[in-house]
Amino acid sequence: MNRSRQAIRGQTHLWVVQRVTAMLLAVAVTVHLVTIIGAVRGGLSATEILGRLQGHEGWLIFYVVFALAAGLHGAIGLRAIAAETIGLRGRGADLAWLAAGLATAAFGIRAAIGLYA
Amino acid sequence: MDLRTRSHPTWIAFLVHRVSGLLLALFLPLHFWALGTAIEGEARLEGFLRWADNPLVKAAETILVVLLAAHLAGGLRVMALEFLGWRRRQKDMVAASAGLALLAGLLFLLNVV
Amino acid sequence: MAEAASLKVSVWRGGEDGGFARYDVPARANQTVLDVVTHIQRELDPSLAYRFACRVGMCGSCAMTVNGRARWTCRTHVRKVVDADGALELRPLANLPVIRDLAADLAPFFDKWQRAKGSFQPKDAPDGAVPEDFAVVPPGSKARREADAGIECIGCAVCYASCDVVAWNPDYLGPAAMNRAWTLVNDVRDGARGERLEAVAGDAGCHSCHSTQSCTERCPKNLDPSSAIAGLKRTLFWDTLLGRR
Repeated sequence: MNRSRQAIRGQTHLWVVQRVTAMLLAVAVTVHLVTIIGAVRGGLSATEILGRLQGHEGWLIFYVVFALAAGLHGAIGLRAIAAETIGLRGRGADLAWLAAGLATAAFGIRAAIGLYA
Repeated sequence: MDLRTRSHPTWIAFLVHRVSGLLLALFLPLHFWALGTAIEGEARLEGFLRWADNPLVKAAETILVVLLAAHLAGGLRVMALEFLGWRRRQKDMVAASAGLALLAGLLFLLNVV
Repeated sequence: MAEAASLKVSVWRGGEDGGFARYDVPARANQTVLDVVTHIQRELDPSLAYRFACRVGMCGSCAMTVNGRARWTCRTHVRKVVDADGALELRPLANLPVIRDLAADLAPFFDKWQRAKGSFQPKDAPDGAVPEDFAVVPPGSKARREADAGIECIGCAVCYASCDVVAWNPDYLGPAAMNRAWTLVNDVRDGARGERLEAVAGDAGCHSCHSTQSCTERCPKNLDPSSAIAGLKRTLFWDTLLGRR
């Protein structure tokens, strides 16, 4: 496989990741919005949030998947904006965006574990 | 930029999708950082939440809810076009997405106040 | 609308670094934008460069930017685009090199049709020979209907000039080339599906389309290149996920 074919394959894979995460986010964001609108009724409190999340594996798995999808989806979106506005393109930039997405996701997963433990 | 060529509903939907996506992507690390304070104990998280009772923060949160709902609804429209081939009534779908986003913001405001 | 007695026409003169020249053209009933340009060239300034051929919306050579929007000038009535004081602004098509005045260089546009593998590759006769028998393609079949939806393109480049992604990424194939590719992907007689999908994938292809749908909005033939590009994305999505490519 030559270099340009490989580059096109990489770009296609990034797009596929963008759409697969979009499908996950479609469900996750709907749940998130309903949760937010329910939770803010009568004010937010740390006890209420921790009471919902601490020790609940279901919510932990939900938020881990959510954070991973959101981190990757956001980074791939920013990649398109950077390419089209400031002309930032290429394999190096793509790898940097992927790393930024995974780092953001890791940050979110760390928070999800913090709220679970 | 010549706006005479960029006034049709699907172009405006693209603009909303791009701006909301950009702002949400920039907000995401901040959001995760704030939630991460919980690791340092319930008191620290409680302190953050009391700071967030500030009306300015509530206003910013309402805007974020609208952006999130708009990005969700706009994204569903794009995926319906891409994966289901729903090419008809694009303009109605744009209007419906906008309605959904504003409804989410309104519900949030009604519950938060 | 009260019609002005004469049209105040600003016409792009020169190359990329040219400017507008002003002409007064008598307003007439049922006048097309191409009639206005022809009047200027025949009566006012014979050095004006522009392009046209059929004058009936078949050949796709007379497209220009009229009051900011790409249009086929032979089928655009002046009264549809002009405001009450009769101002008309004409420029060559956007997103293409300017040759001179109202003539844009369409070479990059057609080069991209080639890059998108926009020519039919007969499955039965790879060497280009005439197949032994007629292919039977039922008119009601899904593939045939998808192909039919995009087949009437006249190659006028209105969609290409209206596309933001082309402006942002000069390598981007653009709506017309991918609309053509999608008709061929749906042509059951064609044998180059794999190569063609490869050619339209990635950042220079369908994956950069943001569905602003300016192409669909502006196409004078009412085609829907935006949906054709969506079809390419859909096909590539499943082919990639299921490891078919």
